Amino acid sequence: MGLTAPAEHRTVEYVPESQEGWAATRLDFLVNWARANSLWPMPFGTACCAIEFMATAASDFDLARFGMERMSFSPRQADVLICAGRVPFKLAPIIRRIWQQMPQPKWCISMGACASTGGMFDNYAVVQGIDTIIPVDVYVPGCPPRPEGLIYGIRMLQEKVKNERAADTRTRDEMEPDPSSQLYIPPSVIDELGEPFGNSVNQTRSGL
Amino acid sequence: MTTFEVVQTGASASGGPPVTQKNIPHRGGEANPSAKALQEKYASSIKRVEVIWGETVVYIEPGVVHEAIRWLHDDPQQRYDFLSDVTAVEYRDAGVPIEVVWHLRSLPYRRFLRIKAQLPKGAPLEIDSVYDIYRAADWLERECYDMFGIRFRGHPDLRRLLMWESYKEGYPLRKDFPLRGRFSRSEQLRQALAQNPEARYSMEELTIADAFAELPEDMRDRLNKGERTGE
Repeated sequence: MGLTAPAEHRTVEYVPESQEGWAATRLDFLVNWARANSLWPMPFGTACCAIEFMATAASDFDLARFGMERMSFSPRQADVLICAGRVPFKLAPIIRRIWQQMPQPKWCISMGACASTGGMFDNYAVVQGIDTIIPVDVYVPGCPPRPEGLIYGIRMLQEKVKNERAADTRTRDEMEPDPSSQLYIPPSVIDELGEPFGNSVNQTRSGL
Repeated sequence: MTTFEVVQTGASASGGPPVTQKNIPHRGGEANPSAKALQEKYASSIKRVEVIWGETVVYIEPGVVHEAIRWLHDDPQQRYDFLSDVTAVEYRDAGVPIEVVWHLRSLPYRRFLRIKAQLPKGAPLEIDSVYDIYRAADWLERECYDMFGIRFRGHPDLRRLLMWESYKEGYPLRKDFPLRGRFSRSEQLRQALAQNPEARYSMEELTIADAFAELPEDMRDRLNKGERTGE
């Protein structure tokens, strides 16, 4: 029948004259190839990063080249959440709900300094990195990142998608932090470790 | 049916078309004529009048502000028909009172007037709402309450505007408020995530009143008792 094992596990071998109408490959490769090249982004743009994101989607940089033809403005048809911009605490339950509404498999890109760490907004109103709310796959640095930076992050995410295994469903399990695990660090300890020098939680700008 | 009067900008103003002033002094210069009229009408309640960068600032006793703004709005010689801002200022010096600021504009006379009232820090921060004069004061006063904790008496719906309603850390723009808030990051995040995203709007804001008859019976019962969405 002309079925031959692929020489390298990530290639498709196709010799038209001997294999009319046939191609043989690994299922993982085929599924991941399809997934990686048809990621539908859910744009969550809150600040200037969203302007760069729009530029990425526009004709000069043309995000459609990477299979992101359609911005999915409904989380229910989205594959990748692109958080572009700072997230205030008031938006924290909303971005978490959007993440929960997205069907598996799903990925998340944190675009820019504010979404990744809170950036310069180290104040009472802004979440210090969206990875405190939802899991993040790729962090794109920059303030804001250029479209090339975002495309590089998307290519990295595609690499990650292409290396997933369909048989291994553990990567898709959503787990709550387990306090009995030895890897668990309570949030209060993380707070303490994350503090800059001095107890600046109690700082005031005016010295009053 | 409501009828509206069309206001021509500068219709009652003296002189020709507006000119852009140049070389405006920092202090001094010609004051807004409304300041003099206010001084004549509310003599002892007007503490002082300043002209800064060509804009007139009138300091009024807090108890008289509402009456004075009502007069400025209604008087045919003033006609301040546009409220552009309500805000507050707190100074670093703990002894200096908090100032509540109103920015009023008279479209027919083409005038701008800034009114300030000083609230001493020891007493409760309360002042009369101008919501009954300008509907624009609704969200402006809510924001001012949210950020400074100044209560506007007579405001129909004085809730937080920018922060969520159950925000417990205080009033962020006050000088004694730490830049990073009062709680630790994990506690702030825990409280923020405990919010119900749909509980932000009252039924009136969702304009569900139009569809009230079509709602399920249990929902109508709950709404009749004044319940809000999602709570």
